[in-house]
Amino acid sequence: MALTKEQIAKRIAQELQDGFYVNLGIGIPTLVANYIPEGIEVELQSENGLLGMGPFPIAGEEDADLINAGKQTITTLPGSVFFDSAMSFGMIRAGKVDLTVLGAMEVAENGDIANWKVPGKMVKGMGGAMDLVASAKNIIVAMQHTDKAGNSKLLASCSLPITGRACVKKIVSDLGVFDITENGFVCIEHAPGVSIEEIKAKTAGQLSIHPSIKEMNV
Amino acid sequence: MSLHKVIANADEAVKAIQSGQTLLLGGFGLCGIPENCIAALVKKGVDQLTCISNNAGVDDFGIGLLLQTKQVKKMIASYVGENDEFERQLLSGELEVELIPQGTLATRCMAAGYGMPAIYTPAGVGTEVAEGKEVRNFNGKDYLLEYAFDADFAIVKAWKGDTKGNLIFKDTARNFNPLMAMAGKVTIAEVEHLVEAGSLDPNDIHTPGIYVDYIFQGVDYEKRIEKRTVRN
Repeated sequence: MALTKEQIAKRIAQELQDGFYVNLGIGIPTLVANYIPEGIEVELQSENGLLGMGPFPIAGEEDADLINAGKQTITTLPGSVFFDSAMSFGMIRAGKVDLTVLGAMEVAENGDIANWKVPGKMVKGMGGAMDLVASAKNIIVAMQHTDKAGNSKLLASCSLPITGRACVKKIVSDLGVFDITENGFVCIEHAPGVSIEEIKAKTAGQLSIHPSIKEMNV
Repeated sequence: MSLHKVIANADEAVKAIQSGQTLLLGGFGLCGIPENCIAALVKKGVDQLTCISNNAGVDDFGIGLLLQTKQVKKMIASYVGENDEFERQLLSGELEVELIPQGTLATRCMAAGYGMPAIYTPAGVGTEVAEGKEVRNFNGKDYLLEYAFDADFAIVKAWKGDTKGNLIFKDTARNFNPLMAMAGKVTIAEVEHLVEAGSLDPNDIHTPGIYVDYIFQGVDYEKRIEKRTVRN
């Protein structure tokens, strides 16, 4: 069975290490915050100017001055700090953020990512995505393996305008976990009940299966 | 720069703004936007404006109000979703739009405020954002040359301000506001609480008043929440 969004988020949460500063993008990446493993302390960065982001507020305590990069009302945790947008992207560019998780429309076997523009459709903008992918040292993409028509979103090269080049290190899709290496996609884990044949059939671009591939623990 | 900065209201603040000028407008989404000055610009009716702001508001609030009245010629932003009128004007060719990475937007403001003509950033290298731009390699990595903004006015919203123009922002309503305050040729600040100079702790001030030309006590803040989200 292909994974749910929650299971994708849960698997990505296993990549978190104690002490990490983490930037979570909009969509599935946001859900990662719900699965931070016990005993691990991470600090969430929101690129509109906050380190130490907490959960959504309880009803009645929403504050218009306190939102995340997805414009949702949020809270802060003890030790949090606010800063302006230049400093926010400054710490991203300077490599201070340990892990960035974001969604994608397409990822190429060399790590190129496309997630901001579909020609012919209304273009809403790249927001902070181009800054994040250009600088983050560790980028994990969370996405569905195929589009609604069943076409692979893991490709030899992106067909959509790219957001950044050769930057994605790992993909967690609803079918498996893939490292991006000099030899293209390497499947290191498969979702429970998903066969290697299915992964091969649904992946365009160069794919190899790690010799000690295991089942995802989700 | 003048030491005498306090003015009566938003109408007075936007008095000198002319049609065709370029404005930096603070805020992220609807958070920390200069509500009073936007309303005053709608009332004044200046048009053909170039607006530089991270977002373009929603249909009936923020910069969306200036779009409804067709006062904006060009929008420079990083993300312009959640706005049907914006989309209609863009697709019909009435509105020009330039989309730029959010960090680039912030840094181009910062450069202007620091008196630097340009910066190099890795954001957008190898993408269509890089088209026509100088690329330079530093230590094995490519960077794009991006110029400081050259805007006629910056309009920002602060939480507290004093009569010398010193500003303090609240929470994530800080966002682009201090950067744009530094970047305008003329900077207007509207504040929720205007206090006498000397009553703010100098250690707490985010934007020194030297960057602010006009300051006024704002009124009737709606502070609309774009995506109210609560815990289950």
